[in-house]
Amino acid sequence: MALRIVLSRYAPLWLGSLCLLLATPLARESMEATMSAHMLVQIPLLVASGFLSCMLLPEYWQEKLFVTMGGAIPCVLLALFAASYWMLPRALDAALSHPLAEAAKFISLPVLVGLPLALAWKRLSIIGRGFVWTNFISMLAVLGWLYIDAPVRVCNNYLVNQQESTGWLMVKLAFMLFLWWLGTLFIGGNPALPENSAAETGNEEMQTGRV
Amino acid sequence: MIPGKRTIAAAGLVILMGASILWWGTDGFSAFTAETARRLEVLRSPRQLPATALEDQDGHVFRLQDYQGRLVAVEFIYTRCTTLCRSMGMAFKQILDRVPQQAPGRDFALVSISFDTERDDLSSLKAYANTYGADGTRWRIARVRNAADLKPLLNAFGIVVIPDGLGGFEHNAAIHLLGRDGKLIQIIDIDDPLQFADRIATWH
Repeated sequence: MALRIVLSRYAPLWLGSLCLLLATPLARESMEATMSAHMLVQIPLLVASGFLSCMLLPEYWQEKLFVTMGGAIPCVLLALFAASYWMLPRALDAALSHPLAEAAKFISLPVLVGLPLALAWKRLSIIGRGFVWTNFISMLAVLGWLYIDAPVRVCNNYLVNQQESTGWLMVKLAFMLFLWWLGTLFIGGNPALPENSAAETGNEEMQTGRV
Repeated sequence: MIPGKRTIAAAGLVILMGASILWWGTDGFSAFTAETARRLEVLRSPRQLPATALEDQDGHVFRLQDYQGRLVAVEFIYTRCTTLCRSMGMAFKQILDRVPQQAPGRDFALVSISFDTERDDLSSLKAYANTYGADGTRWRIARVRNAADLKPLLNAFGIVVIPDGLGGFEHNAAIHLLGRDGKLIQIIDIDDPLQFADRIATWH
């Protein structure tokens, strides 16, 4: 508990330092050297930094932000749109060739994807979470398949064989995430559930399981 | 739970803004890759090119601007390339053979520019020219005279060159058409050189 207070007090600092660390030339160079690391390591880490920082914000701020945002639906939509933008091959190329686009990536992924997702996640029902998961998993699988099957090189900054390997990684990741998600549905006891809503969601989970 | 007015308003706003940004970021859902975007942009607003000093396989110094009044097709290569540039070399040869004799040299020219300034000296350019039958007037194989000029030239065309890890390079290959005013007016795929040649032959 004490740890949580310490962590939450310095939440903005966490967000800042994690993003700064990821933004150092060395980290950027190594993570952007290959397409798969760029898409499947750097971008998820940026989103995660926003997500975690939001979870560490004081409850009062989170509530206030959540109300200002208009609830869970706008939050999920915002994350969906911002994430879709950075899945465009063109956006990846732009981030590599224009410093301004790179800066936009480092700001928008934590703030417009990670943060609203964390705000919404706590308050989403199992159905809502299911929507987010299935949406994300299918997006990953479809995009991966497009990369495998693309007749052209989609990123000018990456080799064509990297495109294919990234595509396969995405399809495999989507498959594993799907199995894991399915597992949590059937086995129950989702470790990601927060304590305060565990009982309520657990109930819904059983109902959905029966249907 | 029935969503409140605030939720509906916020959701609407997010959808509107998100869709607008995606629309803007993909040129109206038509360009999802940087390469398509580059081609669209050139079509929409022809691009001025830097007056870079080039030297061809015979050591003649020239600039792309010297061709003003004529149409020029430009491609980027490196002479050691055995895959894509080979088909590009073949494509340019096909174009040269296809466009009627009276047109090339007088009204239409081809220029292949090497981006491997380090390895491609005049003798490599000459060897490449001999392989594909580039005569040095209608079709020149060239390199930048001053290595420092390469990057600005590639940037102006929108060419990204990356090492392929095997000693070669990968790059966005295409035919770049320069209009009579010397501006880059079109970027076309190299997969149908004959169609391109026919278009050039009947260019008004």
